[in-house]
Amino acid sequence: MMNIRQLKQRFMLHLDPVLLSGLGALLLVSLIVLFSATDGSWMRILGQLVNILVAFTALWIVANMPLHWLMRIAVPLYLLGLFMLIGVALFGEISHGARRWLNIGVASIQPSELMKIAVPLMMAWYFEKNEATLTWRNHFIAAILLVLPVALILRQPDLGTSILIAASGFYVLFLAGLSWRLMGALFVGALASAPFAWGMLHDYQRHRVMMLFDPSQDALGKGYHTIQGMIAVGSGGFFGKGYMNGTQTHLDFLPERSTDFIFAVFSEEFGFLGNLILLAIYIFIIGRGFIITANASTYFTRLMAGSITLTFFTYTFVNMGMVTGILPVVGVPLPLLSYGGTSMLTLMLGFGVLMSIHTHQRLVKT
Amino acid sequence: MMSKIELKDHQREIYFFRLRLFLSLGFVGLMLFILLLRFFYLQVIRHGHFETMAESNRIYVVPTVPNRGVITDRNGVVLARNYAGYTLEITPDKVADMQATIAEIGKLVEIKPKDLRRFKKLMSERRSLQTLPIRTRLSDDEVARFASQRYRFPGVEIKARLFREYPLTDVTSHLLGYIGRINQQEITQLENDDNANNYLGSEYIGKTGIEQFYEDDLHGVTGFEQVEVDAGGRAVRMLSHTPPQSGKNLTLTLDAKLQEIAVQAFGDYRGALVAIDPSNGEVLAFVSKPGYDPNLFIDGIDTENWEALNNSPDVPLNNRALRGQYPMGSTIKPFMALAALHYKSRSPSYSISDPGYYKLAGSSHQYRDWKADGHGRVDMFKSVQVSCDTYYYGLATELGIDRMHDFLELFGFGKKTGLDMEGEVSGLLPSTAWKMKRYNQIWYPGDTVSAGIGQGYHLITPLQLAFATATLANDGVGFQPHLVKDVQGKEGEPRPATQAILNVKIPADDLALVKRAMVAVTQPGGTAVAANYGAPYSVAGKTGTAQVIGMKQGEKYDASKVSEYNRDHAWFIAYAPADKPRIAMAVLAENGGHGGGTAAPIARKVLDYYLLGKVPTPLKKADEKAAAQSD
Repeated sequence: MMNIRQLKQRFMLHLDPVLLSGLGALLLVSLIVLFSATDGSWMRILGQLVNILVAFTALWIVANMPLHWLMRIAVPLYLLGLFMLIGVALFGEISHGARRWLNIGVASIQPSELMKIAVPLMMAWYFEKNEATLTWRNHFIAAILLVLPVALILRQPDLGTSILIAASGFYVLFLAGLSWRLMGALFVGALASAPFAWGMLHDYQRHRVMMLFDPSQDALGKGYHTIQGMIAVGSGGFFGKGYMNGTQTHLDFLPERSTDFIFAVFSEEFGFLGNLILLAIYIFIIGRGFIITANASTYFTRLMAGSITLTFFTYTFVNMGMVTGILPVVGVPLPLLSYGGTSMLTLMLGFGVLMSIHTHQRLVKT
Repeated sequence: MMSKIELKDHQREIYFFRLRLFLSLGFVGLMLFILLLRFFYLQVIRHGHFETMAESNRIYVVPTVPNRGVITDRNGVVLARNYAGYTLEITPDKVADMQATIAEIGKLVEIKPKDLRRFKKLMSERRSLQTLPIRTRLSDDEVARFASQRYRFPGVEIKARLFREYPLTDVTSHLLGYIGRINQQEITQLENDDNANNYLGSEYIGKTGIEQFYEDDLHGVTGFEQVEVDAGGRAVRMLSHTPPQSGKNLTLTLDAKLQEIAVQAFGDYRGALVAIDPSNGEVLAFVSKPGYDPNLFIDGIDTENWEALNNSPDVPLNNRALRGQYPMGSTIKPFMALAALHYKSRSPSYSISDPGYYKLAGSSHQYRDWKADGHGRVDMFKSVQVSCDTYYYGLATELGIDRMHDFLELFGFGKKTGLDMEGEVSGLLPSTAWKMKRYNQIWYPGDTVSAGIGQGYHLITPLQLAFATATLANDGVGFQPHLVKDVQGKEGEPRPATQAILNVKIPADDLALVKRAMVAVTQPGGTAVAANYGAPYSVAGKTGTAQVIGMKQGEKYDASKVSEYNRDHAWFIAYAPADKPRIAMAVLAENGGHGGGTAAPIARKVLDYYLLGKVPTPLKKADEKAAAQSD
């Protein structure tokens, strides 16, 4: 029989206390802001607690998985995701003008969320397999592994998720040593294909991009989110309006304030000072991710950890950027702060992988 | 190539990876720094701007419309008041599908095409978040029916509002004027006057009459509520409140009963009557017949009523007392007599022999007296008493038009009286200079002859003639005619209105002679016996007949052969009691024929009421009936 102390040790064995404290701090902030954003709804707090609990369980399970397990599920997971994406394109359910959900009888699932983990996992796996003989051809094949799901998700349409997955895949390519020349060529290619990509975008996506340049031209329509977000952030000032005192928040001017625009709520009530502290927590987590990445022992784990860390940063940047009006509104939640189970689960799975990478090789070393 | 493949150097590989990782770190740092700069820009540098935007988001200033001042007559009889009523109002900004909403409302509350047209017009002129009435004056039944269903109509509400009402309707129409919905032109005017803020919630403005002239006093000062609203526009709480200041109540100089009696006295005649207290210029009655119902105009008059009023041959919308210009006819004679004495042109005892016509020297044209065989020997006294035309043909010729002009001007002829009402006209007091300027023609002696009996170019408004009569009655001192006695909050203050604006220096003997002659007009032997027959007070008066169409030489005027609208206008001016005048007036009965026959009896009824409190029989009956009902 294990005693409590042993039990605790066993429980903590594959968890990284440093990363965990950063995540904990963020989740605490999440609950505090959410309470204000929902005008004091304990139901939402309870809901978010359940989300945290589920996501943390997933994190714990993944963190305890040996690394070769992760390697082993990479291909099936990716293929499953890809098939489901094709399934979505063919038989998906339409909601809010987008085809994102797949009904599998018992529940509707969103395969694009799965791909956030599966794509970098697959690419990292692929590079690991070909580590010994890496040439530009491998990069090309890896790029195709990335482009296929991104294109499918972009068509749903879901700009936010496709950008995030494209970013996570690109990070793998970059860290795997994608040649600068090729990157230059890619950049030129991207510029050249921009008009075609513009053509592929849906009207509402184009609108969002256009609004970025001048949100006021449609202040009550598409530009409303951005304008109200900027007003909330700007009116917060240096010290903020005080907890539960945000007028933009509590008089319903802010849209999506418990999800995509929760940062505006935080900013309005806690001001520039609060933003500095919040940013510090994110930097702390990202920094820890970098350290884990730098110390990762295998090619696979390095790529995987790097991609997860950089993707987490991308989430943060894109969300804060869109709320403060320097990026278009693309529907990316603020990681671990926004209300919502799916993104919480995906993110925590990522951190689970990160912890697994960190703790399993530590065991190997010792 | 295959042969060259070898296992890569592990250390080298880690070095390259860490280089890439380091680059990523730099990228992350740069991006986060950009974010930080953005926060700083929004929250520190532009904080003021966004704070203002957040405030204007949440704070909405709601104007509170002041109650319009009540208008009463000198005895406290209410002439214009406000009553509470219900309107059904829509805030277009909160209604998604206006057509469907109106259609649904129409099932509960009757909406006439007229209401719809008015609503559409209001929609095109509205200000943001303004509520617009789709129906006014709802019945209790309609209010109840809508109230039970109102949850179905977001953005539509029943509002209790104050409505303007003029209880005496056409009796006071030209005097009070009316209020109506503010139009674009008036908005521009208010903006130019820097007064637009005071009208933010107001929907009505004085359009004519007292309502227009005293708009600033009657309107009051708009109050403001600062309300915190949520994104849906719902008021969450009140932040501050500045109460409105009600419009000031006005007390008129008018005697409503006198006004009513005067209106009744006209019977079916068109015309005007202005009665003034000569001792202070207070206007006691101000009648223009026919009147109209000013209540029709408040919420926008409908086409049918408008066309009826606008196309009527009786021109009821014309304010005859203020804007009607008529030849003054023989009412000019007492003033001519004074002019003769002033210029020492004729002495009181100088007399002529009247053959029934007048001829200019060297001309065969006959200027006929109204009495074909003449009045015999006529001195100044008799010339007024019997209204001898021949006497004045000669007198005018002796005076000349310019001296006539100069003297009559002293009594305010040809000038606006400055009554507190918009739109007054000045009449016409001709002179040689005027004719040259106007027609580029010299003045002919023949023009002067007819001017002597108030025909030809002379034109006067009933108001001007009443004022001149009051001035005469008050021995040459004319007080500014005015309609408002007191403005609430300024009671007892000396009003600039009560000022002598005319001061004609007339020797007492001259004045006595003319006044005595005017009393004789209403005595047996005069032209207006009806004005004083059997009355316990004495009346000084003068009749007048203003030709509408000219008669050819030798042609005889026969009223029965002339169409109604071309018949002569009847004038009568009077003041009473003759020795100590309390009231002076001018009465015009359009197409009424002789002044003594139609205009004088009207004046008599007014005098009887004002001096004796006597109410004419038909009115008396109505009064008794009303009293019985109120018991």
